[in-house]
Formats: sequence, structure tokens, C-alpha cells
Amino acid sequence: MESSRRHFLTIAGLAALGLGAKPVLNALASGSAGEFTGGVDAFKLKPNDKALKAKQWAMVIDTRKIKQASDLEPMIAACNKIHNIPTFEDKRHEIKWIWEDEYHNVFPTAENKFLNDRVEHIPFLVLCNHCENPPCVRACPTKATFKREVDGIVMMDFHRCIGCRFCMAACPYGSRSFNFTDPRPFIKEVNKEFPTRMKGVVEKCDFCAERIDVGQLPACVEASNGILTFGDLYDPKSNVRELLKSNFTIRRKQSLGTEPCVYYIV
Amino acid sequence: MNDRKYIIAGLVIFIAIFTFPFWYNLGKASPGPDIKLTEKAKAAKQCVMPTEYMRAEHMHLLDIWRHAVVRNSDRTFVNASGKEFTMSLSNTCLDCHSNKAEFCDKCHDYASVRPYCFDCHIDNPKEKK
Amino acid sequence: MLELALKGSKKYFGWIIALLVLVGIGFGFYLHQLDYGLGITGMSRDVSWGFYIAQFTFLVGVAAGGVMVVTPYYLHDYKAFGRVTILGEFLAIAAITMCLLFILADLGQPMRMFNVLLYPTPTSVLFWDMIVLNGYLFLNIVIGWNVLEAERNNVHYPMWLKPLIYLSIPWAVGIHTVTAFLYCGLPGRGFWLTAILAPRFLASAFAAGPSLLILLCLFIRKFTKFDPGKEQIQSLAKIVAYAICLNVFFFLCEVFVVFYSQIPEHMLHLKYLFMGLHGKASLVPWMWTSMILMVLGIILLVNPATRKNENILALACVTVFVGTWIDKGLGMISGGFVPSPMEHVTEYAPTPPELMITLGVYGAGFLVLTILYKMAISVKEEVRS
Repeated sequence: MESSRRHFLTIAGLAALGLGAKPVLNALASGSAGEFTGGVDAFKLKPNDKALKAKQWAMVIDTRKIKQASDLEPMIAACNKIHNIPTFEDKRHEIKWIWEDEYHNVFPTAENKFLNDRVEHIPFLVLCNHCENPPCVRACPTKATFKREVDGIVMMDFHRCIGCRFCMAACPYGSRSFNFTDPRPFIKEVNKEFPTRMKGVVEKCDFCAERIDVGQLPACVEASNGILTFGDLYDPKSNVRELLKSNFTIRRKQSLGTEPCVYYIV
Repeated sequence: MNDRKYIIAGLVIFIAIFTFPFWYNLGKASPGPDIKLTEKAKAAKQCVMPTEYMRAEHMHLLDIWRHAVVRNSDRTFVNASGKEFTMSLSNTCLDCHSNKAEFCDKCHDYASVRPYCFDCHIDNPKEKK
Repeated sequence: MLELALKGSKKYFGWIIALLVLVGIGFGFYLHQLDYGLGITGMSRDVSWGFYIAQFTFLVGVAAGGVMVVTPYYLHDYKAFGRVTILGEFLAIAAITMCLLFILADLGQPMRMFNVLLYPTPTSVLFWDMIVLNGYLFLNIVIGWNVLEAERNNVHYPMWLKPLIYLSIPWAVGIHTVTAFLYCGLPGRGFWLTAILAPRFLASAFAAGPSLLILLCLFIRKFTKFDPGKEQIQSLAKIVAYAICLNVFFFLCEVFVVFYSQIPEHMLHLKYLFMGLHGKASLVPWMWTSMILMVLGIILLVNPATRKNENILALACVTVFVGTWIDKGLGMISGGFVPSPMEHVTEYAPTPPELMITLGVYGAGFLVLTILYKMAISVKEEVRS
């Protein structure tokens, strides 16, 4: 009796150990990132050949070319459409990746009492700044939001997000939205090629990482009629750098040291 | 040991409740699901990996895919025979397996697993809900 | 020892059942939240943390406050507190339990909670908060249980416990410091971006925790055969008096820096809380009530004549507890989010389901507290008789 019980325990223990060890063995077997060697089950993972490359993507918004809200509409609509952004009646639950607001709200720390007429009246485009030193990435307890090593995009892994919303508190630009409920019923026209989100996760602009990775420019840039310029911040010959060299630009809340990568020509 | 009968009665009731699902379903084992392939899938002969592997490990592979795509910006998958695929559940998997209800759901229902992939990834447009 | 909690009067079981009902109702609403999402709460894109996180913050303070009875006894050999340390430790257990439940209630995807362990991220303060909170819970369970068991068996507690007891003292300071760091390290949230936030949190903790403890002691003396002691209660009262003075002092330091420097990003939040912003002022009466209560608490506690009268002392403890609760459990979190980083004023108010879930968590906490205190007091009664 005694010995058979011990025997059972040993087997049960070994079984538990085996179950625990399986993922480890799997991880060992799969070798280094993106390689899996061994017969018919071998595979390789690699970037798409057409993928656009940069050290740090950046955007320049030429606000001189903006006259009224309708100039921004195509960009916002393009983004909303391809990313399955829902429309909520309730303002509290809004999901926004790219939207417009007044100068006072976009640049609250650089506010002049007497602004020139143009700046006072034109709408400003706002989106995630894809900061070089992003506080949201620092705050995230699961690395669900992270900075892509290849090109500096501040990315969201919706599969991993636990919905603690620490990133929303950490973002000094209000660029993040939370899915307070299932967004699907609120999406007007679904783009079947891009996933929707589920309730309980945070989302934001991803600089169209899914398009950049297959050689396309971000949707808003494509629809911008020259208002938006997108390029590599660290390539001295890039279109973005050319614009930064020849124009005076401002960024949102520069004093916070987050190093935003969205520049505004005012 | 005055409580003997209570203890035994309690044990019997506990075991009865605990094993309820087993004897309730006794002799009612349902046959394995009959999975239908689309014409496109049939024509392709093999999935991105050998059928045996896909049957057993497709979830593991999808996990590798999502990690590669979302976190490492790798979008292309090359299998043992050198064939390339874009790693995408909605646009690659469900393009071929456009009959989610007949293909994915059947097995998932049978195994009583409820993957939440489709909470976000849109199942094929051609299929009617 | 748990069997001691299974014997009790009708009133005791009535109370337990009442709490269980409260937990059940809260859980029902939580299931609804799980199904629908956090949209059932009053939180919004602009005010993305609400009542749950505010209660969590306040209760971390209550838990840390327990150390105020542990330190004098174990570190300064203040013998009188030997009778009440267990009450402080068990209060900490109940408070931390509530903290963890509030965090759980606040998560958008609670099933993925263990991602925090699966992908540990040392840059995230939340990761550290998880460690210190669970560590403190563990320490208090081990210490409280073993000390009480030793007392029951009329022996000295085991020596291996000593290092854990010493560890629990800085750890208590740690839990509230790390909790303050959740907020005060965020750029662009002017209300929280202040080095005095952690000291302020600790001061309010050492006021709120011990004042609740005094109320519990008075209750225990009235309804059980165990008397926590007059001297003990008076010593605790002095601790509350100092702590609430410090809390108000730290707050005034904050007010000076903010309003003398006149930096808008820091000023707007305090203006919103105490004067209202753009016509939105739902928290104004609350904040002033909080201030009045805390000042009243100071007057009643610093003055020996009023402090020594236990009826007035009880009143003073209620004012301090409610005052600090409003300050932290209502103003602290909302105040940081209003106005938003884009200077929009979106107000926040909890919804009924949110309040029910909150009450459910409080019910669970009081259930833990009741059971633990029942155990502790039964042992004390046993030993004394």
C-alpha cells in the first residue's frame, strides 16, 4: 500500500514536471528567433522583401497647407476605415487614432494669448507621437506596448494587453484610447483585412506598421495631399530631414523629454 | 467515530457529484467531427506546413506567427519546401479556409475550446453568419 | 486556529451573512462588467482611472498604517503595543486583499493578469507594485499567524520570524512609496508630478490606518471580553495626531509650490478640485469637506483634553478617516486626470454598478477582517481566562 502510493506520487510528480518542461523544450527546440530546423517541420521567418526601412520613423505636418477641417477629413477617414475604428455616440468611450483639435489643446504649453488668425482658426492634426523616449512603454507592465527595434514605432500588442491603462495615464498627449466595450457593433464599415479590437484593451495609432512592413506609406500620409511627410529621422537625406532643415518646426510638449517624432510646421 | 455514517454519506455524495459528467455522458460519445475543406484548400494539397503538424500544432504556429508579425515585424513565412506565405490569420489562413464554420468551428466545438482569435480577426467575408 | 472563527453568536453570523450577501451582489455586478466591459463604469478616455484605483490607493495606505503598531513594539520595545500588533497586522491583510481585488476589478482583461509575471518588466512601477503588495500580504499572513499561534500556546514566537518582522517595517513604507511612484513618475500629469507625493501618501496612511484601528479597538472593547487597553488607544491617537498634521502640512507645501510658481499645468488640477474649472465643479464640495474634516481632526486630536475623552476621540477618528478617504479615494485620482493632457475638462463620477462592485470588494475585505479579528480576539480571551 505504502509503496504503491509512493510510486503513484513519483509518477504524478514526473508527469507534472514533464508538463512544465514541455514549453521549455519547445523553446529550446525552436532555436534562435525565427528559425525552426528539423526535417519537414523546418521553417524560417523573415521580413517582407518590400518592407520600408528606417532607423526612426518621423512625420512632418505642414499646417500651412491646412485651411479648414475638410482638408484633414480624408486623412482621418482613411485611417478610421482601414483600422476599423468604431464610432461611439458616448464621448467617454471614443476611440481615436488620428483626429483634430484646436491649437490651444494641441500645444497647451506653448500658448500665446494673441495668436495669429490662421493658427487660431485652423484645425490641428493629432496622433501618437511615436516618441523616442516613450513614457507609455516605460509604464506598461507586460511590454504589450513597446518600441519596435527596427524602426522606432511605438507598437501595441493587443494580444498581450491586460487593460490596466497605466499607459493612458503615462501618455502626456492623450493619444491612447481604451475599449470600454466590444467595439465591433460600432464599426460602420468593416475592413476585413485588418483585425478589430476586443473589449478591455488599449489602442492607438501604430504609424501603419502593417503597411510599412509591406512597402506602403501610412494611410493618412497617402491621403494627405502633401500635408503630411513621412520618413526616416536619422537619414540626413530623407524628405523629413529636408523639411526640418528648411523650415522651423515645433513639437508637442518638448520640455517633457519624450522626444516626439511628429513635427509641425506652423 | 460517531460521525462515521455522516462522513461516508458525504463522501458518496461528493463522488457522485464529482463524477456526474462522466456517467451522464456514458455511451453517448459523439463521433469525431467531419471536417470539410474548401475547393481552394483541396487544390493546394498542403497547408503552410504538413497536415499532421497543422492538425496538432496550428495554435503553436499561430502563436509564433503573431509574435513574429506584431513584435519582430517579420511578415513572411518560409516553409521547408521554400514556399513563402504572408503570416496573417485573416488574410492567409482564412483566405484558403474560407469556411470557418465548417472547418475551424467544427473541431473547436468538438474539443470544447473557445479560442478568442475571432473576437478581433475577422472570419472570411464570403461566409454568411 | 481557523476553527475559532466558526464559533460565535447569532449577531456574529448575521454579520457574516450580511457581508456574504454584499460580496455576492458585488460579484453579480462584476460578472456584468466582465461581460460588457469597463463601459459600465463612469471612466472615460480622459479619466481612465476611477473609483477602483482610488480605493486601491487609499487602502494601500490603510495597510501600510498597520506598521504604526508594529514598529513601536518590535523596534522600540514599546511593550504596551504587544496587545494590539496582531490587530494592525490583520487589518493590513484585509486591506491588501481589498487592494488586490480592486486592481483585478479595474483590469480590462483580467484573464491575462498573469502576463505581468510572464513578461516581467522592471521599468514598470506596476510590476514593482505587484511584488511589494503580494510580498506585504505574505509577510503579514506569516507573521500574524505565527505570533498569534505562539500566544495561544503560551510560548515565544519562533526566532526565524524576527527577521521577517524587521523586514515588514520598511516593506510597509515600501508599499505606499511604490504606489505613489505609480503616479508621481508620469510626465505631463502636473497634479501628481511632485516629489512630496510619496511622503504625503505615507502621512495620510499613518493617519487613516491607525484611526481605523482605534475605532476597531473601541468596538472590540465594547463587544468582546478583550480590552485592547486605554494606553494603547491613547498612543495610537497621538500617532494619528502627528500623521494628520503632517498630511495637512505636506498638502499646504504642495499648495504653496503650485500657486506661488503659478505654473498652469500644476495649478489647473488644484483649481479644478477646489474651485472648479470651466464651470465644472462636482468635486469642490467634497474637497472642502475633506479639508474641514482634517482640520477638525487636528483640533480634536492635538488638544489633550479632547483626545483623552474616548467619545470625542472616536469622533475625531471618524473625521480623520473620512477626510483622508475623500482626499485620496475621491480627489487624488480624478484630480490628476482633470484637466486632460489636452486641457479638456471631462468630469468623472462613479456609476451605480461601479459603486456596487466597490461595495462588494469592501464587503470581501470586511469579511476577511471579521474572520481574522474573531480568531485573534478568541485567542486573546482564551489566554486571559
